[in-house]
Amino acid sequence: MQNTYTNPIYPYRKSADQNTATPAHHPVVIIGAGPGGLALSIDLALQGIKSVVLDDNNTVSVGSRAICFAKRTLEIMNRYGCGKRMVDKGITWKKGKVFFQSEQVYDFDLLAEDHHQLPAFINLQQYYFEEYLVDRTQDFPQIDLRWKNKVLAIESTKNLNTLTVATPDGEYTITSDYVLSADGANSKIRTMLGLESKGQVFQDRFLIADVVMKADFPTERWFWFDPPFHKNQSALLHRQADDVWRIDLQLGWDADPDVEKQEEVVRPRIEAMLGEGIEFDLEWSSVYTFQCRKMDHFIHNNVIFVGDAAHQVSPFGARGANGCIQSVDNLSWKLARVLQGKAPVTLLETYNTERQHAANENIMNSTRSTDFITPKNEISRIFRDETLKLAKNYNFARTLVNSGRLSLPCSYNDSPLNSIEVETFNTNLTLGSAPKDAPLLIDNRESWLIDYLGNTFTLMVNIDVQTPEKLIAELNLLAHQDDLKLLLVTGNNDEAKNSRIQTTIAHQIIIDHKNIILDRYDLTPGSTYLFRPDQIITGRWKSLSNVQVSSAIQTALGFELEK
Amino acid sequence: MKLNVEANFTDPDAFYASLTDLHRNLDRQQSESANARLILLLANHIGDLTILEEALTIAGEVK
Repeated sequence: MQNTYTNPIYPYRKSADQNTATPAHHPVVIIGAGPGGLALSIDLALQGIKSVVLDDNNTVSVGSRAICFAKRTLEIMNRYGCGKRMVDKGITWKKGKVFFQSEQVYDFDLLAEDHHQLPAFINLQQYYFEEYLVDRTQDFPQIDLRWKNKVLAIESTKNLNTLTVATPDGEYTITSDYVLSADGANSKIRTMLGLESKGQVFQDRFLIADVVMKADFPTERWFWFDPPFHKNQSALLHRQADDVWRIDLQLGWDADPDVEKQEEVVRPRIEAMLGEGIEFDLEWSSVYTFQCRKMDHFIHNNVIFVGDAAHQVSPFGARGANGCIQSVDNLSWKLARVLQGKAPVTLLETYNTERQHAANENIMNSTRSTDFITPKNEISRIFRDETLKLAKNYNFARTLVNSGRLSLPCSYNDSPLNSIEVETFNTNLTLGSAPKDAPLLIDNRESWLIDYLGNTFTLMVNIDVQTPEKLIAELNLLAHQDDLKLLLVTGNNDEAKNSRIQTTIAHQIIIDHKNIILDRYDLTPGSTYLFRPDQIITGRWKSLSNVQVSSAIQTALGFELEK
Repeated sequence: MKLNVEANFTDPDAFYASLTDLHRNLDRQQSESANARLILLLANHIGDLTILEEALTIAGEVK
């Protein structure tokens, strides 16, 4: 029985579209108000695009489901205006323990890199994540969120989508240029269009349970391989908000899900796991099997699949919701620019290629974790067990222990949207990779680089050159370009000089007071980075040329793909 | 090929004797565990994935 959270009930409201003689038309209809659909509507609204969101239910996630949100997701949420709420409510964790049979084999500290605004990971129940997104949609007149609107049928042609929608007031029809299908792993839209998500079903079952502890318990991730309280299986304990703890227990393929989720079966298992005398309340439990699968192509006519509907992974490594949000981040700016006539339609195809690459990476990583946790044959089990035994005394073996490789942003190194790189930068950031945050000073107050990137193209330039006249001339040619903002970086707080440049170019100057930007980007004087509206690095040069920058923006908008 | 398949042992006979000695008093299951540990230790010592992949390929050529 869930006591720490009450699902909000959102009201069904009759839409004007239900009374029209001919079907109303919308540029974008999003199906599913889960993490993907809600995030899409917000990202599109930030870029000035209207959308209608249809959801067959009237609340957020029932049960905690996705709980682990990685830095990149938090950065994207920060851009959407939900990052702070998530971090404030979520549990920031960095320590963990690994157990094998009756012993602890080692403990670890994630030792996240310093000088980032957002933590490496937080744990937060999916219902909070969705609730914050729903709240944020209320800030945008561009978002028309319709609860209790269930899509019954979809007809998709090259130019038009027609949707039949059921509501408590009966059915109605709408048409749209684009449908974004974010209706989950068992996407009805995918089925209605006769499309498939293909891959591997793992022959295993897991019990997930949320429990509320009555006493203190450390904020750590505990993972057991073959524990005495659950022979030959694995177990995970992880803290969420509100003193709720997530427990994952591997059950094996022969387990009966209906039996396993009964409280009288669950309770003794958890008692054995937590040890004697630990009191807890069982909040919620569910039994699931998992799959790693994806669609061969995420775009069908003008129906675009996002999140679990397009690509699904096992939960180890938290790549489901994190991967979904990165797909949203990738798609929204492209679709917005296609709809605004600023980019060719072929730009959308790069959503497919870039996110197929990411889906493959995520599936590969979670398949490897799954294979380590559930060895597929006797010899694999021997290797697994010996790795764990060696890990107790030998550091090297710990690198092989795999209970989930935590989600890192995918790099689109081979993206056709990247410019050609001719100079060498002494940094591990590459073209196609997500940015690295850094502290900075703006108007004498501390802030973060990540807050100044995104929504439009952003050009970051180190202005500390010996003779700034040429640089200023180049900057002036870019200063009023549509869809581009300038980020002028200086390493010193020479107010007279800064104010002269600021006045000349009419742009804010940011001060890299700790030299972290210089260090992370190898941003030497005159060096320039171009970020896409989704903050991905798409071009960089050792000196600024407005011609090169303009050409790089054209490339990133997909105009080269036409040729 | 990066993998060294030329003779490289300081004392081949001594190594072979040590290897069989390791298994002399082990049952089948213990031997499998010992072999797994040995592979993991040596693989880490080599480290280079290209070399390891080359060795795995040759190892996989079983009839």
